[in-house]
Amino acid sequence: MSTDRGRIRITGFDADRVESREPLSDWTETRDTETEGRWTRAWREFRRNRSAMLGLYIVIAMSLLALFARPITIAGVTVQPFSLAPYDPGAILYAQGLDVSAYEAPSLAHPFGTDGSARDVFSRVLYGGRFSLSIGFIVVFVTAAIGLVYGAVAGYYGGWVDEVMMRVLDLIFAFPGLLLALIIVAVLGKGYWELVLAFTAIGWAGYARLIRGEILKVKENEYVLAAKALGARDRRVIFRHVVPNAIAPLIVQASLSIGTVVIGVAALGFLGLGLPPSSAEWGTMLDQTRQTIVQGPGGSIPWWVTVFPGGAIFLFVMSMNLIGDGINDALDAQEGEDVARGGEV
Amino acid sequence: MSLRRFIAVRVAATIPILFGVSVLTFALVHLTPGDPIDQMVALNPQISPAEEAAIRARYGLDGPVWQQYLTWMSNVLQGNLGTVISVDQPVLPYIMARLPETIALGLFGWAIALLISIPTGIYAAVNKDTLGDDLSRVFALSGISLPNFWLGLMLILVFALWLDLWPVLAPDKPLLSAEMLWYLVLPGVTIGTASSATLMRVMRSSMAEEMNKEYVTAARAKGLPERTVVLKHVLRNSLISVTTIAAFLTASIFAGAVVVEQVFAWPGLGRAFVGAIIGREVDLIMAITLFTGVTIILANLLADIMYAVLDPRIRYD
Amino acid sequence: MALLEVEDLTVNFYTEEGVVTAVDDLSFRIERGEKFGVVGESGAGKSVTALSVMRLIEEPGRIESGTVRFDGTDLMEMSESEVRDVRGNDIAMIFQDAQTALNPVYTVGEQIAEAIRHHLDYDDAAARDRAIRLLDDVGIPEPAARYDDYPHEFSGGMQQRVVIAMALSCDPDLLIADEPTTALDVTIEAKILDRLERLAEEYDTAIQLITHDLGVIAEMCDRVMVMYAGRAVEKATVEELYYDPKHPYTVGLMSAIPRIGDGQDRLQTIPGTMPDLVEVPSGCSFHPRCPFAEEVCTRKQPPLVDPDTGEGVGLSDRAAACLAYTGDLDNELDYEVEVRGRAEQPEDGQPDPRVRRPDSEPVRTDSDPVGLDTDLLDQNDDGEDDAGGLSDG
Repeated sequence: MSTDRGRIRITGFDADRVESREPLSDWTETRDTETEGRWTRAWREFRRNRSAMLGLYIVIAMSLLALFARPITIAGVTVQPFSLAPYDPGAILYAQGLDVSAYEAPSLAHPFGTDGSARDVFSRVLYGGRFSLSIGFIVVFVTAAIGLVYGAVAGYYGGWVDEVMMRVLDLIFAFPGLLLALIIVAVLGKGYWELVLAFTAIGWAGYARLIRGEILKVKENEYVLAAKALGARDRRVIFRHVVPNAIAPLIVQASLSIGTVVIGVAALGFLGLGLPPSSAEWGTMLDQTRQTIVQGPGGSIPWWVTVFPGGAIFLFVMSMNLIGDGINDALDAQEGEDVARGGEV
Repeated sequence: MSLRRFIAVRVAATIPILFGVSVLTFALVHLTPGDPIDQMVALNPQISPAEEAAIRARYGLDGPVWQQYLTWMSNVLQGNLGTVISVDQPVLPYIMARLPETIALGLFGWAIALLISIPTGIYAAVNKDTLGDDLSRVFALSGISLPNFWLGLMLILVFALWLDLWPVLAPDKPLLSAEMLWYLVLPGVTIGTASSATLMRVMRSSMAEEMNKEYVTAARAKGLPERTVVLKHVLRNSLISVTTIAAFLTASIFAGAVVVEQVFAWPGLGRAFVGAIIGREVDLIMAITLFTGVTIILANLLADIMYAVLDPRIRYD
Repeated sequence: MALLEVEDLTVNFYTEEGVVTAVDDLSFRIERGEKFGVVGESGAGKSVTALSVMRLIEEPGRIESGTVRFDGTDLMEMSESEVRDVRGNDIAMIFQDAQTALNPVYTVGEQIAEAIRHHLDYDDAAARDRAIRLLDDVGIPEPAARYDDYPHEFSGGMQQRVVIAMALSCDPDLLIADEPTTALDVTIEAKILDRLERLAEEYDTAIQLITHDLGVIAEMCDRVMVMYAGRAVEKATVEELYYDPKHPYTVGLMSAIPRIGDGQDRLQTIPGTMPDLVEVPSGCSFHPRCPFAEEVCTRKQPPLVDPDTGEGVGLSDRAAACLAYTGDLDNELDYEVEVRGRAEQPEDGQPDPRVRRPDSEPVRTDSDPVGLDTDLLDQNDDGEDDAGGLSDG
């Protein structure tokens, strides 16, 4: 019947009349909210997410508490004079002449009680945040950067470069992260920077795989092809055009893996392979108390030495995961297998 | 490509990865400057240089690194994994004695993960944004945020010390007994919680994603009952994405075993591994690492095959 | 009694941006065996209408009011399980994109047979036989062998045939075809439409054909409803709509059809785009795009009336929703429909032999200028549109 299309002809529907006349009403086609940038919109979205904002407040509060727990002195200069923790986290209180014994139950003077060496658990938990949190943030920052570059190179060049680089990743994924971290710490020895190194060595692979996948997705987009056709150099194309589009899932992944690293650090501490045994690191504190639970010191159980340090880890990781979920929703990124990797190492 | 051919290709592709795993295992332990004999000599100054050389030769540590690797590898392939020095026992029987304990724990953890997460994930996706869905999300989020060592300690605190339902540590009982199943509950729950939380999240999001696809509307338009639509059409598709994390979950259960066995003093491979790290039992470290790597590679292979069975499209890639 | 009578149907979607009225007070009817066209731009509410008829609207959408009488029974009053007996059995649906409408993990045969087993209580073997016959009917070569193939092993055209077979599986009285050929290219489109038309006659099934393509409507339908922003703006027989369009929107759509050899140097299009349904313009929702709009159009929503009498029409056949027919406009709708070549063929007393009337046999000629002549294509029909059948072996 398409014959009729050629036979019927309509005249007088004059589109120009619509364009040239004054608008009849104040109705307009586009609404102004749509011009808002992606990140502004994401932030607005995030702020409306109450659980994510709660997580954010908790993380900020815990970070500040850790920072202001004890004064910080760099090269003899006190850069942070505040001291929120009532006692020195390492101080054995009866040795300082205080009327305090080991395993005192929580009281007003010692809200979280005292531990087996009569140290103030509250001060130790506050101060302990310094280890976990700082390692968590440093590791995530470094691993994300390494993974970003590695994944971007593999994904962008493709071919045998990609093939070789991905096989290396397969090898890393063939081992549980915690196992590798344990071996690395066993080889390098205990200590703060050894922990950072161990978790960096295992952590970057997840980002690399994620970024490579994203790069493959955006690589075929027209603007990338156009940039290449215009003769832009590879490095420039990668970092100006491809990476910014792959960054959203990276941020989601990073926010979720801070929790992973914190749990991993604490796990090593718990296994006695993290920091020196007397450190106020959360996992190490739990290692110290495990014996008291398992043997059961007859009659009273000092539950507080287990509940509070572990609770601090849980609270922080939970808050980080709430933030990560919030960012994920706000950026509308896909929740894939890597993103789901929020807890175990 | 037929399914059989697909499996053959995947199995063949696994071999170089297994080789890589062995290289990485060897390299990790030999990263450190010096070798175990140096440490031994440092600890035992009475060993003479001649004795030292003899020990080196005995352990194949006198040649270049690649030669040492080949010596180690050929020994491994013959079933000779070295010696556990502290108890002067070959590594293989030492591992075999502890393996069933870890397998029992891992299977229990897996079973808990699957039993909790699949039904809950389906429920949450079907009843999206209801109270039940919210509760399952809170559970899942808590599950992945709980450090397993703390969860284990808390379970002991509550169920063993406070409620006195379990003994704090499992007594030494034959592994395959009804009693043992009871003692497996606390460590099993501890090891399975994180996996079930992860699996639940993946299950929920993949179900929810599939529910929005047009084939679901098409299935409803055929007049099929909602139960058939969900359990036949949607579930099969979402299980495909679940298999992709199965291998990851195996790895996480292995990592969990290292910690959880320590909490519950469970005599498995994980505890042996921590002991080996602390006691610098190089042969044992390498053997357990290699074993873990190989297991995870095989789990990956299995997941790939399951994926291909569930998803007809994949065979034609 | 008509096969399907939809009255005063209103469907809202409760979105974050606000309440969207996707279908607003819509009424229409479809007779037994009839081919009823629904035309409009995307977002006009055509698909929502289709899904509402089967009560398949999901959260956040809700059918607010209206009746959908099928064979005299109101579907809206039925229990969920009673509606399920109607779906797939009495009313079936053909989806726009066959690739997404087919479940990738089940064989096409299974997807056809499951409805047969469910509604007609066939056993496995009988359902399989019937499904194979259907695959044969829709023109899939070697149907018995292809029964066990998965959707990805078919080309787009062949997938759409499978979806048609799926819809016909329980011999429905009404087939709702939602843009059945939009995802396909033009040559395959013609073949699929032709096949659909023949099968509808063979199975004595009425079709509600949803499309944005007036050409497809002309090809197949008896009566047409034009939709704009969730409302019906014009209802007519195909012939009336083409030769005597009454609503400015219809006029705009017709002006926008490319014509071969008509000497016009540029395509006349409707200015602007269909409004976002969250914020529909006041009065007549088409007024911002209408060259004939006057101030009154921004205030008064035009009712659907008989364009000759200006009176309300109910379920009647000829209606348009423009203030020109209620006496509210100051000026005339000054467009003209010009039928060229009519003078050359007045002999048989019909205005044009190529306009199909509902009561006459289809008349086809060989002078199709766009190459859409279906008779010519028929001889190559079976399996030709994807020679081997394997799209990516």
